[in-house]
Amino acid sequence: MKFTWFNLMPWPYLPDDFREKHRSVWVDIPNTLYDPRRGHHVYHTYLDQLEYAESLGFDGIGCNEHHQNGYGLMPSPNLIAATLSRRTSRAALCVIGNSIAGYNPPIRVAEEFAMLDVISGGRLVAGFPVGTSMDTNFCYGQIPALTRDKYREAHDMIMQAWAGEEPFAFDGKYNQLRWVNCWPKPIQKPHPPIYIPGGGSIETWDFCLDHDYNYSYLSFFGYLRGKSLLDGYWERVAKRGKDESPYRAAFAQIICVADTDAEAEALYAEHCLYFFNRCLHIFPPFADPPGYRTMATVKYGALSQLTQSRQKILENLTWKQLVDERFVIAGSPETVRQQLEECIKGLRIGHLFCLMHNGNMPDWKTRHSSKLFAEKVMPRLRDLWPEWKHDERWWIHPMDERIRPEERRPGAEKAREGWPS
Amino acid sequence: MKWRTLETKKGIRCRVLEAGSGAPVVFLHSAGGLLADNPFLDDLARRYHVFAPEWPGYGDSTGEDLLEDMLDFTLHGWDVVDALGLSRPHLVGHSMGGMIAAEMACLAPRDLGKLVLVGAAGLWLDDHPIPDIFALLPFELAELLFVDAQKGQALLTGGADLSDLEALKDFYVASQRRLAMAGKILFPVPNRRLSKRLYRLTAPTLILWGAADRLIVPAYAARWKALIPSARVELIEGAGHMLPYEQPEAFASAVGAFLG
Repeated sequence: MKFTWFNLMPWPYLPDDFREKHRSVWVDIPNTLYDPRRGHHVYHTYLDQLEYAESLGFDGIGCNEHHQNGYGLMPSPNLIAATLSRRTSRAALCVIGNSIAGYNPPIRVAEEFAMLDVISGGRLVAGFPVGTSMDTNFCYGQIPALTRDKYREAHDMIMQAWAGEEPFAFDGKYNQLRWVNCWPKPIQKPHPPIYIPGGGSIETWDFCLDHDYNYSYLSFFGYLRGKSLLDGYWERVAKRGKDESPYRAAFAQIICVADTDAEAEALYAEHCLYFFNRCLHIFPPFADPPGYRTMATVKYGALSQLTQSRQKILENLTWKQLVDERFVIAGSPETVRQQLEECIKGLRIGHLFCLMHNGNMPDWKTRHSSKLFAEKVMPRLRDLWPEWKHDERWWIHPMDERIRPEERRPGAEKAREGWPS
Repeated sequence: MKWRTLETKKGIRCRVLEAGSGAPVVFLHSAGGLLADNPFLDDLARRYHVFAPEWPGYGDSTGEDLLEDMLDFTLHGWDVVDALGLSRPHLVGHSMGGMIAAEMACLAPRDLGKLVLVGAAGLWLDDHPIPDIFALLPFELAELLFVDAQKGQALLTGGADLSDLEALKDFYVASQRRLAMAGKILFPVPNRRLSKRLYRLTAPTLILWGAADRLIVPAYAARWKALIPSARVELIEGAGHMLPYEQPEAFASAVGAFLG
């Protein structure tokens, strides 16, 4: 198993009456609720946590892209990954990812991801999401019905740019470049591992299988609800005649560890409820503009959309519900281990994105939970897939002789090296 | 009125509502499409040969994947006119249909008779931002479109019983399909730079507006007039954005008086 410590980077100061006063945490949330001076401390706290996660032994540290929202403060995940690349040396930098339909031209993503891979010595995991409709359509103005087509074209341009050995012309529908010539190029060959965050559309499954990309199901509603979806994916894998390596799939799970189950509730309940009640408070039309989903998907899921089950789920949530329905896996190390084993085996996933910081959780609780997880849970889940132990197809391949920040002292003793005397 | 289906040279199957006799009038519908009842078309059909094509993505018309941008939309409008075998028809466009009709008139100014723009989309005024129709709760739409929202809601749903889940599902799916198509020229801001092409327009033009239009407010009628100085402007009382449906008789008589 590979464990990636993920921070969504929510704004932790949304007021108590946020749900009542505002219709959405995304797109049109008043930016007067953001305080840049507090933001300074928030960013540094979150970045420190990501670095701390590496020291605890997590395999990866993760970030993602969202815009105009209090749910996640990373309009540019590449900036976050850039700071991490200089202060870490071992963990994978999982950027899950860049919403490539919104980049103009998408060669920018090929370049920035290549920079990250080179600076980090080959530690980049490159994610290519379509992006939420809030981000891609309402904040970044892409036409919903053309978003997926544009996404596929952007993907093609990036992959061709990484593979190309000489300059070439790209004559796309949305992007035309006479000279595509990616400088720098990534260290990892043929390219960094690619993760596609997705929902339940067959098109996405096939897209992942066509290219042998990792399929990442990012949900906040736990593995009990994720099961049928991942089952569908694995059926598709079998049908396509691909091997069933669990590393083809990743899943995100909110995890809170304490010494006992009761302590977990006492420590973490309010912060998880903050996340569900405020950070996921999204005006429904922003989440589903006409054309964003394919007509096949709309027809398939029409009724569930209409009853707006998601918003309904979020009303009057209690800790008991969060835990019982496994939206949150919380408790003593033993409880968490048991439930995660069920989750990992049930979904058949090789990668777990561990959401250890949630809502407005203070730093010390985040570290407490992360440390307990790393010391008492992670080691006992490591070898759940012994037969796939050596399958590194969906993981980073860093260069051995890379720069390690702990060995560098950018100070006086180096100042005169190499200067003419 | 009768439905007929034709195929354009591009291969788009298009369903057209047709009635009446006389000079040809092509009516281009709004982003909401033709509703179950379109009494203003019956009124027009007393004097004219009326054709109301359904756009790809609407009703039984298909081929939405073949149209991606404003030029595709505009050419499709002329493709339909050609497939109908019409010569110099009058064009009447409502809202999104007005935007398309105006583009058609700029592209081929000598190929139409007269032009009627009804609450037409296609322009943008920073002082009067048009509400985002792609980010509305279901009940909010009727309030923006009609003076009488309750009556309007009934018109929009065509009397379907939306407490029945299957009916609701069908309505929802059809509406998603329509607006997905409309988004290609209306999202995120319904302005595809038509204003810089309007100088080409030569057809006599009538700008019709609901005096109580809350979606595209009457300030836009003045903007159209500024860009098409020879145009006539008429505001109709007791009507919002869905003027043809709210005041069908006043609408038909204003159009009739102008077309002659």
